[in-house]
Amino acid sequence: MAEIIDMPKLSDTMSVGTLVKWNVQEGQTVAFGDILGEVETDKATMELSCTVPGTILKIYAPAGSQLPVGAPICAIGKKGEAAPAPGQAAPAPKAAAPAIPESTGIPCIPPAPAASAAPATQSDGSRAKVSPYAKRMAEKAAINAGALAGSGPGGRVVARDVAAAASAPAVAAPAGPVNVAVAPPADGKGIQPDADVPVGGMRQTIARRLLESKVTVPHFYLEVEVDAAPLMAMRESLNKRLAEAGGADAVKLSVNDFILKASAEALRRVPAVNASWAGTSIRQHSAVHLSFGVALEDGLVTPVIRDAHAKTLKDIAVEAKSLIGKARSKKLTPGEMSGSTFTVTNLGMYGVTGFFGIINVPNAAILSVGATIKKPVVDAHDRLVVGHRMVIGLSGDHRVVDGANGAQFLQALKQLLEEPALMLI
Amino acid sequence: MPVISYREALRAAMREELQRDEKVVLMGEEVAQFNGAYKVTEGLLKEFGPKRVVDTPISEAGFIGLGIGASMLGIRPVMELMFWSFSYVAFDQIVNNAGNIRYMSGGLINCPIVIRGPANGGTNVGATHSHTPEAILASHPGIKVVCPATPYDAKGLMKAAIRDNDPVYVMENTILYNDKGEVPDEDYIVPLGVADVKRTGTDLTIVAHGRAVITSLKAAEILEQEHGVSVEVVDLRSIRPLDEETVLASVRKTHRVLLVEENKPFCGVDAQVAYLIQSKAFDELDAPIHRVSSIDAPQIYCKRLEDQQLPNPARVVAEALKVLA
Repeated sequence: MAEIIDMPKLSDTMSVGTLVKWNVQEGQTVAFGDILGEVETDKATMELSCTVPGTILKIYAPAGSQLPVGAPICAIGKKGEAAPAPGQAAPAPKAAAPAIPESTGIPCIPPAPAASAAPATQSDGSRAKVSPYAKRMAEKAAINAGALAGSGPGGRVVARDVAAAASAPAVAAPAGPVNVAVAPPADGKGIQPDADVPVGGMRQTIARRLLESKVTVPHFYLEVEVDAAPLMAMRESLNKRLAEAGGADAVKLSVNDFILKASAEALRRVPAVNASWAGTSIRQHSAVHLSFGVALEDGLVTPVIRDAHAKTLKDIAVEAKSLIGKARSKKLTPGEMSGSTFTVTNLGMYGVTGFFGIINVPNAAILSVGATIKKPVVDAHDRLVVGHRMVIGLSGDHRVVDGANGAQFLQALKQLLEEPALMLI
Repeated sequence: MPVISYREALRAAMREELQRDEKVVLMGEEVAQFNGAYKVTEGLLKEFGPKRVVDTPISEAGFIGLGIGASMLGIRPVMELMFWSFSYVAFDQIVNNAGNIRYMSGGLINCPIVIRGPANGGTNVGATHSHTPEAILASHPGIKVVCPATPYDAKGLMKAAIRDNDPVYVMENTILYNDKGEVPDEDYIVPLGVADVKRTGTDLTIVAHGRAVITSLKAAEILEQEHGVSVEVVDLRSIRPLDEETVLASVRKTHRVLLVEENKPFCGVDAQVAYLIQSKAFDELDAPIHRVSSIDAPQIYCKRLEDQQLPNPARVVAEALKVLA
């Protein structure tokens, strides 16, 4: 009997997946373990391996389509068998991502979805799925459960969706697409086509998580300027020796590696920052799991160096390099991107002199590192000299960290960066 | 508190009841001279003599019938089946006679018999020796069925079973016989029909009985450690009478339910529990109820396959994550 393959749940937070591509076509024979295609989750692009040997009878979801977890994507059965109609319970796949013409200058606006905030009846006419408990909760809170986007299997609205809607600020009412009419350029030659570009899982995760952080976490900001000259000198000298050593030791240390190492050490000195807000308590963490931002063409990811407090500078450098490589080839597993206790972001390589990141929940703080720039400074002898200065910002969750211990953390970090030999002990 | 094995707990229950009430007798194949096929009755012949601890021929229909007749005349027999799988040759006695006599005599005749023995798979003894008939037996009004998971419950339920005036069938588990736990020396009973929350949690309720409780507790630990999920484990202890309120209270707390049993799934105990929950707590459910049971096939002889056929922590964790999706 034919079996319907559903959109799998590939990470603990995945609610929708994008079918990036199919490796197989209808009529093709597949064996157990064959890679059917690739699915982009909110965290990574992962291979979809075949769990049912047979013939691909029908592909319900074309490449590019975005589907909730549990939605049918294809059917596998005996050759010649009729493909089953996907069960009524399964939601209809959303339309494939509209292609954006590249060369024509003609504005291409995809037809606006009839009503983008999912109504009680879904676009295919089927009932909106709401769990009995969520329905009762919604009635109590006077929320239209049918209008919520369900995060449960097959798009079912479950208790957490109602709870989120109930606690969302009132302004977060139906955030439909902004239908602002903008006139196309008079000469017909714009800088890019007018278009609503569908976003992938990663972009949606960024949007959801950062919005959640910025509206629910009381951010406060501290900044400190660091004398980066000793760090630059040590880096140069270490890299020279490491290059000479060659072989397995030929690792090149980046400025960021030093900052990661110094952050882990500063967290050891001020462990109050290595904590999370847990609703009614503050959860302090024994290990430092250090997350750092890696920019990608279409977004960013935050891989995690586990147990960074127990790793040497070289360990951290090697692991960071490997994680960056995996991030760029989108091969990071969800496990490699979760469970952090502190995050470091760095825009120094773009010449940004200072900034403040948005806290990566449930971290209590994020460190934002700017570029090292030459500028005049007054030295210990009141002389005007050329200094190598780096500005470091800390965004803190004021529920967990106060100004004083945030400042102590920056003080510890500044000391470690200005006297980098301290990182040896 | 003394730490003793499940086997010793059962023996302590029987010894205390033999001492307490002269009408209590033990009967079964090899319970006396051989000290019991699984040594549960070890030493009791020596202590109480051959009038109280009686070996029977290999004839389940015969000796269970004997026990039922004796119980109708006021004796309180505790009958051992070497395996509950062998109860099937005494089905007429166990179900028709023991289960109906109180009703058919208009309440004039009681049948205070206990039938006990192991009812479990997982020991590589093949399809005909691995039955778990608690669901079959519990489907008959007039019959009580208990499945202790821990030494404490084994002793307390056995004593409650012996003192009850209706037929009570105690399903033990050979894999649990060596499990140790705290068991008080003093006299206590675990009342029939009272479930026990073995672990408290907030995200998911697992309902289990017998060894599936132990499996579920291991799975709950993994779910907590590796997935940050807080799991409540409810041990039914009694299949009939069934403690509905403890199950429903947990459902009202967590809103998500996984049912785990070592029975085969078709018409299993958890089919009844699932019905109970949806009928009395429908509006509390945030996800469909899922089940983990033995895989629906005659008990597999190959040990490695049998280990997968039974619910194990990995299978329970995987199914729990589906309920939590």
